Amino acid sequence: MSEILLKATALEKRYGGLKAVSGVSIDVHRDEVHAVIGPNGAGKSTLINLLSGDAAVTSGAILLRDRDITSMAPQRRAMAGVGRSYQKTTIFADATVFENVRLAAQAHGGQPLRMFGGVAKDGNVNARAQAAIDEVGLTHRSQTIAKSMSHGEQRQLEIAMVLATEPKLILLDEPLAGMGHAEAARMIEIIHRLKDGRAVLLVEHDMDAVFALADRLTVMADGKVIASGDPEHVRNHPDVRQAYLGHEDGVAA
Amino acid sequence: MNALFQKSSKPILALLIVAMVLPIIAPTYYVQFASKAMLMAIVAVSLNLAVGYGGLVSLCHAAFFGLGGYMLGFTSSDSAGASIWLSLPVALFVVAAVAALIGALSLRTRGIYFIMVTLAFGEMLFYFFHDTKIGGGSDGMYIYFKPEIALGDLTLIDLEDARAFYYVALACLVGASLLIRMLVKSPFGHALAAAKGNERRALSLGFPVFWIRLAAFVISATLAGLAGYFSAAQFGFIAPQMLGWHLSATVLVMVVLGGMSSVLGPIFGAIALLGLEEVLKASFEHWKLINGLLIIALVFALPGGLQQMASLLIPKGAAPEPDLQSMPPKEAVPHV
Amino acid sequence: MDAITFAVQLLNGVQYGLVLFLVASGLTLVFGILGVINLAHGAFYMLGAYLAWFIASITGSFALALVGALAISFLLGIALEEVFVKRMIGRDHLAQVLLSFGLILVIDEVRQILFGKDVHSVAAPEWLQGSFKLTEVLSYPIYRVALCVACLILAGVIFYVIQKTRLGMIIRAGAENRDMTRALGIPFDVVNRYVFAGGIALAALGGILVAPVSTVFPGMGDGMLILSFVVVVLGGIGSVAGAAIGALLIGLTDTFGKVFFPQVSSILIYVLMAGVLLWRPNGLLGKS
Repeated sequence: MSEILLKATALEKRYGGLKAVSGVSIDVHRDEVHAVIGPNGAGKSTLINLLSGDAAVTSGAILLRDRDITSMAPQRRAMAGVGRSYQKTTIFADATVFENVRLAAQAHGGQPLRMFGGVAKDGNVNARAQAAIDEVGLTHRSQTIAKSMSHGEQRQLEIAMVLATEPKLILLDEPLAGMGHAEAARMIEIIHRLKDGRAVLLVEHDMDAVFALADRLTVMADGKVIASGDPEHVRNHPDVRQAYLGHEDGVAA
Repeated sequence: MNALFQKSSKPILALLIVAMVLPIIAPTYYVQFASKAMLMAIVAVSLNLAVGYGGLVSLCHAAFFGLGGYMLGFTSSDSAGASIWLSLPVALFVVAAVAALIGALSLRTRGIYFIMVTLAFGEMLFYFFHDTKIGGGSDGMYIYFKPEIALGDLTLIDLEDARAFYYVALACLVGASLLIRMLVKSPFGHALAAAKGNERRALSLGFPVFWIRLAAFVISATLAGLAGYFSAAQFGFIAPQMLGWHLSATVLVMVVLGGMSSVLGPIFGAIALLGLEEVLKASFEHWKLINGLLIIALVFALPGGLQQMASLLIPKGAAPEPDLQSMPPKEAVPHV
Repeated sequence: MDAITFAVQLLNGVQYGLVLFLVASGLTLVFGILGVINLAHGAFYMLGAYLAWFIASITGSFALALVGALAISFLLGIALEEVFVKRMIGRDHLAQVLLSFGLILVIDEVRQILFGKDVHSVAAPEWLQGSFKLTEVLSYPIYRVALCVACLILAGVIFYVIQKTRLGMIIRAGAENRDMTRALGIPFDVVNRYVFAGGIALAALGGILVAPVSTVFPGMGDGMLILSFVVVVLGGIGSVAGAAIGALLIGLTDTFGKVFFPQVSSILIYVLMAGVLLWRPNGLLGKS
């Protein structure tokens, strides 16, 4: 099996008395998509926030390769190689597609905060931005203002921004939410290509997409992991059926 | 450094020529007024780096302005002017250090908190000079001699001469504008604007948002200190009132009046507002009433609100400008 | 410092804090409910004091001055909400800052036209004049004690309204989540108007009540505005309980600061604020 890029052990997150995430251990390998599923309120988004640094862990440890990133701020994790998308599209809405992605590339370029000389000067940054835009298929939208694009295109843009940061680990929080059928299909294709040389952790409700994409699956309920393994194994796990039957949306529809 | 003259270079060049010629043809009173206006324009231009590009509505820039003035007072003596080579760097360094401290604390907060906290820290400096004897207390202190720009015994520029002073003020304004322009167009400036546009995204891309904002805040404050240094030299006097937050708010009006989405806009805002005040003062006893009403009118006159201007993420000329008026083009209507 | 002096200073600090609470609770409520930052809050404190002085100087009655100045301020608040503030809801903070700065200039100048810029004093009502004699040399003015009592009663009323009434429920919900309460079909136009007018009235009331123990002067509003801001920053925006804690902290810090560290007393409250910012940037009772 390929190298473990992310290893999180015994993560716990408490909000006051409420345990949003409890005793969760998860690892993600290079070249794989590891999907996390579970009913609403299972703690999936909290888990992603813990991994990206948007929320601080109460206890537990997070290793990116061999580097301990448990207590790093989000911007430092980003520099260490963690890229993420948000449930609610999080982009620079008033800027062009190119500027959005260029900023992402700039943050990981040689002189991200150079105070002199225009941004056009940095050819390497611009080239990486353009490559990321091409990779998600937004080439023709390069000069469009982000907020004037469709929801699906904005999500593609967000992925392009993540790509331009050249991450080792990509965290995707419901990338297909609110998408039409055609848009979803395009996004699934993009995500499928993302895992090449990287580790992808995917939280998603669309089970068709999950089973199309996931190399491994982790199921969460009430903040805990109730099953983990390859998709076939998880699909037939009794606890999983129980957890899902107790709620509205069934697994393996 | 020819970036300034790329786009709308002709009108700017023309203005610069007018500014160069003005002292030769205008009476001394107007030369002095223009110097004062240009110094205030420096504060407006630099405040815009924080407010317009950084989204940091600071209400303590007058305190940095006044602190610059006090530093001139402290480095001057009663018998001779301060040597600018020592006095100015010391002044700028102290302003920068104080701004770094205030900025580091204030930037732990956001939005409305930031406004209140900067206002409070600005007033702290006000009370510091008002209540202690360090700068003559509430009476302020006189600066009998303007700083000397000399090499050995040779005076290079005599600031006592109103026209020479004017050209120094003009040089400072041009220099400050070029500096802000350079910053805004640089990767740093784009990162600053990005943090304003979407802080969460900027962080998750890896930008150290806090440090970027702190740097912008300190640079902007230091330039305000530079203007305060020369203003104190011009008036020959510095008092706590020059640190008061009413001045901060007035400069904010200048910035909004002139337009936040361009580097040079606030200059026109400053000149327009000071000119207007001058006319109102001469014509009406209760000119402040009219001034206040005009500010209120300014807030309501902008269709779609200031947000419309504030949301211009991209500094001018860097990329095709987001033109919000003609925003939804035919092909770009979101299909839900 | 002996026990009695200490007690007197303590009382002074508490009294100062209570007045601060009145004014700052108005500010924090207006922000919590309307989402509007009002720099002109201090101007209404000043205006309340001048109105009280004006009415008292004509009628000779402090009671009339209190009622009259309060009523005028409240009506002014309603009018301003209707004409200006209503249009500020949802606008960016910069617009709100500029609007309220413009209002300050207007209010200051109107005060100048109507009342001039002289410093005045207002006599306390006769039955509250005089002092309690504490020792041979120390006495404590009755009015100050009455002021404390009045502020405590008002604080009680404010907390009762917020904790127990339907209006209070809306206010609390609004401070928690403005979007949610909007969705619940609550008559926001009305709530906003009365909360704003009430906030203004609280600022004015502060000015009216302190008029007999301090002087009435043009710059009094500015100082109070800054102090209210510090109180709100300490306590957390939208939190009335936070405002109470913040106000008492400031009142005591300032009073005892003047006793123990007279040279730096005016800086102390900002040091306190800096400390809270380092520790809890969203205020003591603010949401993180």
